[in-house]
Amino acid sequence: MNNALLTKFIRKHQRTDLPAFRPGDTIRVHVKIREGDKERLQVFEGTLIARNNTGMGESITVRKVSFGHGVERIFPLHARVVDHIDVVRTGRVRRAKLYYLRGLKGKAARLRERE
Amino acid sequence: MSPGILGKKIGMTQVFRPDGQVVPVTLLKAGPCMVVQRKTPATDGYDAVQLGLLEFVKPQRLTKPRIGHLKKAGVEGAKLLREFPLRPGDGDLKPGDQVLVDQFKPRDRVDVVGISKGRGFAGVVKRHHFRGGGGSHGSMFHRAPGSIGASSFPSRVLPGMRMAGQMGHARVTVRNLEVIDVDTEDNVLVVKGAVPGPNGGYVLVRRAKQ
Repeated sequence: MNNALLTKFIRKHQRTDLPAFRPGDTIRVHVKIREGDKERLQVFEGTLIARNNTGMGESITVRKVSFGHGVERIFPLHARVVDHIDVVRTGRVRRAKLYYLRGLKGKAARLRERE
Repeated sequence: MSPGILGKKIGMTQVFRPDGQVVPVTLLKAGPCMVVQRKTPATDGYDAVQLGLLEFVKPQRLTKPRIGHLKKAGVEGAKLLREFPLRPGDGDLKPGDQVLVDQFKPRDRVDVVGISKGRGFAGVVKRHHFRGGGGSHGSMFHRAPGSIGASSFPSRVLPGMRMAGQMGHARVTVRNLEVIDVDTEDNVLVVKGAVPGPNGGYVLVRRAKQ
C-alpha cells in the first residue's frame, strides 16, 4: 500500500541497532529516564507479548509479573527513549499476540525455549 | 530563487528529533518543475512565473494549444501548470529554467495548497461538528440540525447559517509548515504536519507569507 518513496524514507529513519526478537522472547529494555538534567538508564525485563504497528510507529508490549502484579509497558521501538534491548531468552509460541498470558499465573505462564 | 514548487503528496509518517521528540511529517514529491511562462508587468500587468510539474503525460491528454504553449518553453510534458507571483527580491527566472527541491532547506517555512478530500453532501454533524442527539433510549433527535432560527421575526433564515452541504474537495491552504528534510536525489520534500488532499493529490508549495 505504501509508496516506494515513503518506504525508503522510513527505512532510512528506522533504527537498525536492535537485535532480532519475536513474541514470546524474554527481553530487557533499557529506557532512558530523565531526572532533572541527569539521564540514566532504567531496565525493564519481561516477556514480549505483542509487536504492534509498522513503520516509524512500531511498538512492543512487554509484560512482567512484579510482586504478584502483572505489569505491562509499551515501548515505541524507533524512539530514542529506548537505549538498547537485550534478548535474555527465546520462547516458543504459536501466535503473534500472547494476550492469553494475562490470564495465566506462575507455572502455567511459562514458555518453552525456542530451538 | 523560486517562490514555490509544484508536487504530489506521497503520504505521512513520523520522525524523531535529536532531542527525542516525535514529529508528524508529510512527504511530498516536489518537482522537478520547469518555468513555462514568465509574466511581466509590461506584457501581462503583473510579475509572476508559471511553473509546470514535469511528469509523463499521454500526448492525447493535452490540447493542441497547451502543447504549443509548453513547446515555447521547451517543456516535454506537464499536466499541472500553476502561477506564482514574484515578489521583489525573488530574483529572475526564465522560461525553460528548472526548479528543483534544492530551493528549500530544513527549517524553512512553507505554505502548502491542495484540494481537500471530498466528503460529498455531508450532514451538519460531520460538516460543522454539531453534537447531534442521543442514538437510543427513546431519543427521537439523532443527527438533525435542530432549530435554524426564530419565527415571525425575522421570518427568514440569517445568512451564514451552518447547514448540510458539500464538504471537502475545496482548495485549502495550510500555512507556515516547517521543512524537516529535503531529499534532492528523489525530489522529496518533508514538511511537518498534515497537508490537504489524498495521497497522490497535487499540491502547491510556496514560501510562507510572513
